[in-house]
Amino acid sequence: MIAVLLKVDETCVVQALKEAGGKLDGVEGEVVLDFSPVTRIDAGGLIAMEEFANRADDKGVKVALRGVPVSVYKVLKLMKLASRFTFVN
Amino acid sequence: MTTCEAMLERVQIPLAAESLSEERIAYLEKLVSQARAAAAVFTQFTQEDVDRIVKPMVLAGLGQAQHLARLAVKETKLGVMEDKVIKNMVATEFAYNYVKDKRTVGIIREFPERNLVELAEPIGVIFSLTPITNPTSTVLFKCIMAIKTRNAVIFSPHPNAWRCCSEAVRIMYEAALKHGAPEGVFSCLETHTLQDNAYLMRHKGIGLIDATGGPGAVKAAYSSGKPALGVGPGNTPVYLEKTADLNTAVVDIILSKTFDNGTICASEQTVVIDDEIYDLVLKKFAELRTHICNEKEAELLARMVIDPETGFMQAAAVGQKATDIGRLAGLSVKPDTKLLIAPIQGVGRKHPLSVEKLFPVLSVYRAKSVDEALKVCVDVNHAGGLGHTAVIFSRNDEIIRKFGEVINAGRILVNSPGSVGAVGAIYNDLVPTFSFGCGTGGGNSTTDNVNIYHYLNIKRMARRTQAHMWYRVPNQIYFNLNAVENVRQFPSRSTIIVTNPSLEQIGHVDLVRRYIPEGTHVHVSVIPDAEPEVKVVMQGVEALNFYKADQIIALGGGSVIDAAKIMKLKYESPDADLEELAAPFLDLRKRVVQYPTEKINRVRLIAISTTSGTGSEVTPFAVLTDKERERKVTLADYSLTPDVAIVDPQFVMSMPKGLTADTGIDCLTHALEAAVSTYASAYTDCNAMQAIRMAFKYLPIAFEHPRDEEARCMMHNAACIAAMAFSNASVGVNHALAHAFGARFHVAHGRANALMLPHVIAYNAAVPTKFLPSPYQKGYLAHKKYAMVADLLGLGGHTVDEKVKNLIVATEQLLDQLGFPRSIADLEISKEEFERAMPELTKLAFDDPSWRSNPRMPLMSELAELYWKAYEGRGQAKAVSASHRKSA
Repeated sequence: MIAVLLKVDETCVVQALKEAGGKLDGVEGEVVLDFSPVTRIDAGGLIAMEEFANRADDKGVKVALRGVPVSVYKVLKLMKLASRFTFVN
Repeated sequence: MTTCEAMLERVQIPLAAESLSEERIAYLEKLVSQARAAAAVFTQFTQEDVDRIVKPMVLAGLGQAQHLARLAVKETKLGVMEDKVIKNMVATEFAYNYVKDKRTVGIIREFPERNLVELAEPIGVIFSLTPITNPTSTVLFKCIMAIKTRNAVIFSPHPNAWRCCSEAVRIMYEAALKHGAPEGVFSCLETHTLQDNAYLMRHKGIGLIDATGGPGAVKAAYSSGKPALGVGPGNTPVYLEKTADLNTAVVDIILSKTFDNGTICASEQTVVIDDEIYDLVLKKFAELRTHICNEKEAELLARMVIDPETGFMQAAAVGQKATDIGRLAGLSVKPDTKLLIAPIQGVGRKHPLSVEKLFPVLSVYRAKSVDEALKVCVDVNHAGGLGHTAVIFSRNDEIIRKFGEVINAGRILVNSPGSVGAVGAIYNDLVPTFSFGCGTGGGNSTTDNVNIYHYLNIKRMARRTQAHMWYRVPNQIYFNLNAVENVRQFPSRSTIIVTNPSLEQIGHVDLVRRYIPEGTHVHVSVIPDAEPEVKVVMQGVEALNFYKADQIIALGGGSVIDAAKIMKLKYESPDADLEELAAPFLDLRKRVVQYPTEKINRVRLIAISTTSGTGSEVTPFAVLTDKERERKVTLADYSLTPDVAIVDPQFVMSMPKGLTADTGIDCLTHALEAAVSTYASAYTDCNAMQAIRMAFKYLPIAFEHPRDEEARCMMHNAACIAAMAFSNASVGVNHALAHAFGARFHVAHGRANALMLPHVIAYNAAVPTKFLPSPYQKGYLAHKKYAMVADLLGLGGHTVDEKVKNLIVATEQLLDQLGFPRSIADLEISKEEFERAMPELTKLAFDDPSWRSNPRMPLMSELAELYWKAYEGRGQAKAVSASHRKSA
């Protein structure tokens, strides 16, 4: 299992996830997205996360989110997206 | 302004949405999905974020008030454009004025004195139905409420008001988006069907339905299984009472009823006028461009505006001008007529104009009396207007109050117009709204003016409160040898000494009399040496009355002192109902029955105890036997506590050994139970611990050497000190078990306590099956308290468990030393007999209030187990004790 750490930029979550999606091709096992800089997420970010989760599923890659603040975690719960990821502190 | 649209809503919303196409479902799903995302994102917003969005939205709405009003009138062909402008402005400006300083994010309200905090949780997605009568104003208002509360809304406007509503949604959405609101926060169904509504009402992504529409929409909303705010129709009665300011009343009614051509459902429908002013009122109406119909005209009018089949108003008349309605009805009215008034003679189907009329037609009724007027108003209220709005014009506060009592309306407006008054914040301090809750009378969940708080889940964070406790004992306690001399300091004209025959015989009464000041009339009331009966107490009360006593000296054990307490109660408050005062309670301070505070007599109660056990001289308890009803009555109230307690050991020097042991163990049980009680406090602990220490040390000596003055004195004091503890901390399960067992098998109270005591200590020290809720305790303490007792007694042990075991051993040793039977079996009670008695014993013990302060809540099965342990008896006390003593 190889964990690849990718940082998600607060100011451009959509772009960061798009870029991270592009790197999934070379990943086997698990990818860790560092969400610690992300204090707020918008609707575009949510769509990007769902797309990223779908893409990772297709490739059999597990996605862990690191450092997700509870306010963002709550948004993911409300959108039923939390179950698509694992969370690490 | 809301759901008064029965006639405009031709088809009820179906409960199922079977006929939707896949494309349509995909469209609706997309709307919900966008709204859900917006609502989820919104949860991250702060109060400042929200307030930054609300203000520009309000300004945008205000700026477009006329534009939206024009669109609404053009599309719906209802109402008055100028009035709709006002509505749009009220919906924005007044709403803003109400919400601008309100907190709707995080902590929204704090109640420090109650340790309570309220926090806001958004609802999520609201599915909102909006009406034809107030289309744009309702949308504007709901958008502001939704943003202020961080919710997303999917709007479903009335089909005949879709264009103006979608324009209002667009204006609000753009303003909100521009200032940071989440994308998708508002959406409006593009041309929709009733099936769309049915589908969305049941969608799991919708958190709340806010149905401002006709009764069908409201019913569908409430039937959907979703939380819903649905507001019902109105039929506003107005009582114009003879003391009213008539000029104000007439103008208010006209301006209200003609506002937007009467489309607001809170507007006046029937005015009930007192006979004395009826003609004058109609004259005033007529002077202000109102057409008063004669009987024939009223009939023509009713035929035109009311559907004879349904009895409801004709949709074609809604929101139309008075002149147009008059013309269509065939009336000859002046071109500047603004209102048509039709007299009616009653309410109901035979009087068609008595129903709701959302157009400028007003019915009037001439009432011969206040009573008749109120009844007609009630009739109108019940003819389709329950829970909505009612109006009274009067200067008579009594009639206004009565009107408020008999009318069922969420808004009862006094001396102000109905429609504009009900909206709030203009003529009164009601919360501004465009949605009137009509309570259960209108099939709604609220009577409120719907506002931001209905768009929030309000979470209440309740911090643990520091429960108030108490410590109450007589304010004068005299103790040690010859303490009885203190009787002389209490002046009295007439004193009754309550005692029993044996104490009189051995000279105790004479001893007391010696210290009663000269000149005091003294009467001795001798009562049987047994638990007092009602009859005995009432004889004592007769004596108190006969001798006009101002002092009672109770000389005796618990029974005598208890009798004196109840005599005092009945003497001071003859109406006190002992049966009622004995009603059970859980918390002394929250009890249902209150002891009398009004007293027709005043008497001082001096209690001199002649046993060292019950401590009745300082307790607020008294037990009475009601032989007629074959039951015991236990009274408990601090007003029963004697005024003065005298704890003089010379009265116990002659106590026989058996009584010394029984009462001494009662004292120890009081102290041990008070120590571990859920009501225990630092104040009671010091009493309990000291009493335990004294009992362990001096009880064996007093038992073995009855004439030992020090031991007798210390045990007498110990009983009083233990009683001070349990008067405030109460007792526990030991007493509950002993009461039931003692009564069933006629075993002395102290002896019954002794049989249970070691087992109860072990029981309370173990991990409870059920904890007893208590705001006074932090964590489970009983085992630690017992360990403290063991330390105090120097019993040794390193761990809590060891200390508890040592305490049990020491208790068993003490009981052995005092010659108590080791088991219930030792009392020659057969196992079969005990087994037969068990169901009744456990039932009685469970009903006994004593255990309510026990640290461990006893289950019935546990009570039975304790009884069986007591039956089998304590065992190897000496052997275990020896080893523990050694290790200690």
